[in-house]
Amino acid sequence: MTAETIIQSLASGLLMGLLYGLIAVGLALIFGLMDVVNFAHGEFLMIAMYITFFLFAFFALDPLLSMPLVAAALFVFGAVVYLLIVRFAVRAKANAGMVQIFSTFGLAIVMRGLAQYFFTPDYRSVNHSWLGGKTVSIGGIFLPQPQLFGALVAILAFVGLYFFINRTDFGRALEATREDAGAVALVGIDKNRVFALGWGLGAALVGLSGAIMATFFYIYPDVGASFALIAYITVALGGFGSVFGAFAGGIIVGLVEAATALMLPPALKSVGIYAVYLLVVFVRPRGLFGSM
Amino acid sequence: MLSVHEVTTAYQGLVAISSVSIEVAKGEIVCVAGANGAGKSTLLKSIAGAERPRSGTVTFDGNRIDGMAQHLITARGIAYVPENRRLFPRLSVHDNLRLGSYLYRSQADREAPLDLVFKLFPRLSERLEQRAETLSGGEQQMLAIGRALMTRPRLLMLDEPSQGIMPKLVDEIFQAVKRIRDAGMTVLIVEQRMAECLEIADRAYILQTGRVLMQGRAAEIAVNPDVRKAYLGL
Repeated sequence: MTAETIIQSLASGLLMGLLYGLIAVGLALIFGLMDVVNFAHGEFLMIAMYITFFLFAFFALDPLLSMPLVAAALFVFGAVVYLLIVRFAVRAKANAGMVQIFSTFGLAIVMRGLAQYFFTPDYRSVNHSWLGGKTVSIGGIFLPQPQLFGALVAILAFVGLYFFINRTDFGRALEATREDAGAVALVGIDKNRVFALGWGLGAALVGLSGAIMATFFYIYPDVGASFALIAYITVALGGFGSVFGAFAGGIIVGLVEAATALMLPPALKSVGIYAVYLLVVFVRPRGLFGSM
Repeated sequence: MLSVHEVTTAYQGLVAISSVSIEVAKGEIVCVAGANGAGKSTLLKSIAGAERPRSGTVTFDGNRIDGMAQHLITARGIAYVPENRRLFPRLSVHDNLRLGSYLYRSQADREAPLDLVFKLFPRLSERLEQRAETLSGGEQQMLAIGRALMTRPRLLMLDEPSQGIMPKLVDEIFQAVKRIRDAGMTVLIVEQRMAECLEIADRAYILQTGRVLMQGRAAEIAVNPDVRKAYLGL
């Protein structure tokens, strides 16, 4: 193993990690806002990838162009999921935790089933996009363009999110709702509106990552599952509910995954992530940047 | 301005207030006094929309507001400071105040009440960047009232503002209530400390086990022999 291989794979790991962060941040945002884990998070990603695919297949729209559309579609989808399902699940009089888990878990199964029925289980791909299959060489290290672009989008999304949360009215309302959802009505804020927009925003961020993933990953009804698992680990690692913990958690997961792949056979490439996760859970159960 | 007509509110079948009627006129300070569990807090919650009355009506400036969502009642001009204050603990004092003016769009509308808030509670202006949770009990109460004033209410409702506060600050808060009225607002205040409350109020109601026991001018209630014996320990 040469130094070059190591740098090469850590660089790809870093890019992938930034994307993992982008996939996970919506989950962290929603959890932080209302203590609900969206078990359909992976299926949100799946839908985003299919929308990207169909826009490409029917309208020849390159994923780069369709990305804002996919994010907008997912925004609406996320808000609707809150308004039609989650809003009622959190009102459950008994066993609220279980009701929440099974409502989003049930949604995941329904979405997968519908995708299998309508889109068939066939593997699809966006087979010739502007970025797909191309690489850039930076100082002898080859970086795949889709991942590089994805990493850039992830960084921009996190910077944007930072300003959005810290500098805008809605960001402040979001923070206040996180603190005490029962108190925002005292200043005239409708918590249901904040929750719906929070779900929309979380889903829109998944939409961005779905559009990027579609350029270099196969699209099929179960595609969300493996990424969702990584997203849960990313969020738990970063600190449940911490938006910027998700960013850091994603980078760690990407780097650890790349490092494991260097040392262990490919079939074991996920072992490293889970080992790090277990370690963090033992040493610091609230996650690296969790505040509770 | 505010008219509560035969309101009954119950929690899981347990009636907390029963057929309570009160009136608050513009520019008044009205005190609702009574022992623990008399239903004082429930009365304010029923007006603010935090609890839905089982029967009866609440009218504000001629419009029915009972059954309306709480945030819409706030938007109509009723600011409610609940007993436990419900600040946003990990946000700064400044952010808590800014959230109070969330309903307003223009910068001028938003900052207009800040002057009054800092005049009433100068120590808040010294602690703007501190987290709300780091304030003392009295300062938290000031911030809760400040945040309520930022919504530019016509009616301010305070639930036990003296609770958990050192005596020196209690007086400061009651003095602030008078100045808030002088600034053109109407105040409905619920208190267990009846003496102080009656001192600043124009009119008062005494609640006992969920019903209005007595009502009248605060000065008259304060000298009523029964009240003095039962509530003021005189």
